Amino acid sequence: MTDEHATQGRRKTDPQRARELISFRIGAQKFCVDIMSVREIRGWTPATALPQSPAFVRGVVNLRGAVLPIVDLSARLGFSPTEPSARHVIIVAQIGDQSVGLLVDAVSDILSVTDNLLQPTPDVASDMAKTFVKGVIAIDSRMISLIALDHVLPGAEREAA
Amino acid sequence: MDAMAEIRQTFFLECEEQLAELETGLLAIDDGDRDPETVNAVFRAVHSIKGGAGAFALDDLVSFAHVFETALDHLRAGRLEATPDLLKTMLRAADALADLVRAARDETGVDAVRLATLAAELRAVDPAAAGEGAADQDESFAFRPVPMDESMFDGFDADAAPPEREFSIRFRPHRDLYAKANETALLLRELGGLGEIAVACDASELPLLPDLDPEAAYLTWIISLRTGAGESAIRDAFEFVEGDCDLEIAQAGADRAGDEEGLAPGDVDIAALIGKMQASVEAELARVVDTQVPRAASADAERPDQSRSDHPKPDHAKPEQAGASIRVDLDRVDRLINLVGELVINQAMLAQQVQEAGLSRASGVATGLGELEQLTREIQDSVMAIRAQPVKSVFQRMPRLVREVAALTGKSVRLVTEGEHTEVDKTVIERIADPLTHMIRNAIDHGLESPERRRAAGKPEEGVVRLLALHRSGRIVIEVSDDGAGIDRARVKALAAGKGLIAADAPLTDEEIDNLIFLPGFSTASTVSDISGRGVGMDVVRRSIQALGGRISIQSRPGQGSTFVLSLPLTLAVLDGMVVTAGGQTLVVPLTAIVETLQPKIADVHGFGGGARVIAIREEFTPLIDVGRELGYRAAAADAVGGVAILVESEGGARFALLVDAILGQRQVVIKSLEANYQHVPGIAAATILGDGRVALILDVDAVVASSRTEAQGHDLLLATAG
Repeated sequence: MTDEHATQGRRKTDPQRARELISFRIGAQKFCVDIMSVREIRGWTPATALPQSPAFVRGVVNLRGAVLPIVDLSARLGFSPTEPSARHVIIVAQIGDQSVGLLVDAVSDILSVTDNLLQPTPDVASDMAKTFVKGVIAIDSRMISLIALDHVLPGAEREAA
Repeated sequence: MDAMAEIRQTFFLECEEQLAELETGLLAIDDGDRDPETVNAVFRAVHSIKGGAGAFALDDLVSFAHVFETALDHLRAGRLEATPDLLKTMLRAADALADLVRAARDETGVDAVRLATLAAELRAVDPAAAGEGAADQDESFAFRPVPMDESMFDGFDADAAPPEREFSIRFRPHRDLYAKANETALLLRELGGLGEIAVACDASELPLLPDLDPEAAYLTWIISLRTGAGESAIRDAFEFVEGDCDLEIAQAGADRAGDEEGLAPGDVDIAALIGKMQASVEAELARVVDTQVPRAASADAERPDQSRSDHPKPDHAKPEQAGASIRVDLDRVDRLINLVGELVINQAMLAQQVQEAGLSRASGVATGLGELEQLTREIQDSVMAIRAQPVKSVFQRMPRLVREVAALTGKSVRLVTEGEHTEVDKTVIERIADPLTHMIRNAIDHGLESPERRRAAGKPEEGVVRLLALHRSGRIVIEVSDDGAGIDRARVKALAAGKGLIAADAPLTDEEIDNLIFLPGFSTASTVSDISGRGVGMDVVRRSIQALGGRISIQSRPGQGSTFVLSLPLTLAVLDGMVVTAGGQTLVVPLTAIVETLQPKIADVHGFGGGARVIAIREEFTPLIDVGRELGYRAAAADAVGGVAILVESEGGARFALLVDAILGQRQVVIKSLEANYQHVPGIAAATILGDGRVALILDVDAVVASSRTEAQGHDLLLATAG
């Protein structure tokens, strides 16, 4: 199943092909991720803190028996850390063969866009944004940043250090 | 996967089994097993590989297997003596065959020169080639050697025109022959292909209808065959029913003095035969009746020497159990295990909620839950048993390793394995293979002395390496021992001091010195040999054992050898733990590490400078480690008096006290990997899910102890260790 999703996510050579994105809100900003990498959306449940982990890793929760790490996307993108409440939402995403929960303020919409609507990340963006933002989409004169999930987990950074 | 690839995969899987059987059989023969069935099993293993390889056009494999098979056939027929030298060659041939199979599987090349040499050696043992016929030991009649060319072994195209001879064959199928879906008519037809055939049926054993067991075998065929093919060709026709029938092949006109069962060739007078065979028939009948009672008993009766060994020959056991075992994809088993894990957690959650709801213990719900709990545990145990496998799969790789290392070091080594049927989780088996390989290499390379030194020490030249597995108090214990010189403690200590691992004048007990070999960067070999001592030594072994939740210890006696003892959990799926809280978080401490728990008194806790504290336990000062602080859950050290101290024993046997806030209880937890979706977290072994549905972390006691030690030690020492 995992492989199937991965290949479908990678099939993006055709600029006319519409792809579906899930958009969500962190503070006042809007972001989106490819719907193919989203497994489910669930409410916030208190996480078990992990010792000696970066601040943006909120801890781990039980996802039907699997241990799911929760990344505070706001903190990860360099904004202020989220104070999670019952209204917050966890987007369970598939990154490679791992599942990760992304803590966001709210999920807003499902967008259907073609690849040619995707604009490159504006050059004003910070390094942090460049790491995670794959491009921007303008819809109804609002800017939505497309998040690439590959670097959301701390793994690669840690090993390099 | 296409169908062909799937068949191919099955073929290679079966090859591995055949190869294992081949090696086991050869080793048994080497150990003095003279049961013809053992030789047959070995022969069949090579034959099956050859047959399968032919189907896949693996020519190298086929031609080598053929040469090997030819040599084995001589051994089977008794034309070759099972000398140690011959078996050495055959074991090497088995290794080469294994290499060929693997090369064919992975589509890589093989050492053609080595194969050619071995093939030549195998051909050289061929007595027919050497021009000497030997007496057939198994049969009561003299064997006349026939030319052994290739066509002989291809079965029935032996048109090289040896003189036609007449054979009389008495073929008495057993019940098992039919049970395995063999068909006598086909066998007879195959025989008919060899030459002129006349078949008579002896139905004298057939009981009256009321006594007839529809599944039993009562018929005997008396066949007379006129053929140019040799006896081996006739035996080949019966190859697949061997062991499931009585087969007597006699060459008519041959000298058969004293053989009462000799049959007249040509027309067979059944009535006359009945009289002649009365004695043997009666014995047969008794055996047929025997098969009505538990079949194992009769099998044992037939082969008394096998019942004594605790493991029946695989080939013998397998067909009997055919249908009793199935091949299952590992993923399916793992999914089932995961689901049962969920069930356990769910059941715990339910129990907790019922308790919170304030239902009385006597209520129907509570008793029902109690039963559910018991059932869940039983299901869990049974499911775990599916993953459990005998350690044999690892142990049987070792004889080859021993042979290779022995050859490289010029030492003479005998490997003794015991308890290879001890079962443990498949993952554990997979992950102990490398450490065990390393330890056995070490045992031969460093442990055993050279033959000269052994002689000088009054020991037999042949060193013994023992590999032993057994279950002990819910864990599996694996011992690797040698009868070598034991650890040279003076040298170990000097080496460790020379490498800055210890102070030169450190007062160490013998045990502490022995444990120095587990230190990173320690290697006793003065020259870096090909086999071990590549700098990655026992520390790697210890780390991989610890990663499995196991421990390793060593006992060594100068002049008598060393024993390494591994103690490993039976499964990596569940763990008995103590649920505690520390720094506001719930943690699980593995029960195996815990020695005792106690309530610290203010008078017992002493500061030791730099925030370090010790606690006096029965007048022994033990380092007190604040778990909450160590894991970074709180900045300041907790007040020792309010908490609970858990006395743990870390790998080296040293004791430490872990300070936690409170103990919540003791329970079995399902181990969940943190690495699957995240990464390794220092100080944490794994995670689990508790009754309230929340994730709790399982403490890695040794890692916490180690990290508290590094903090205390300061950087100078740390650098010394690293260098």
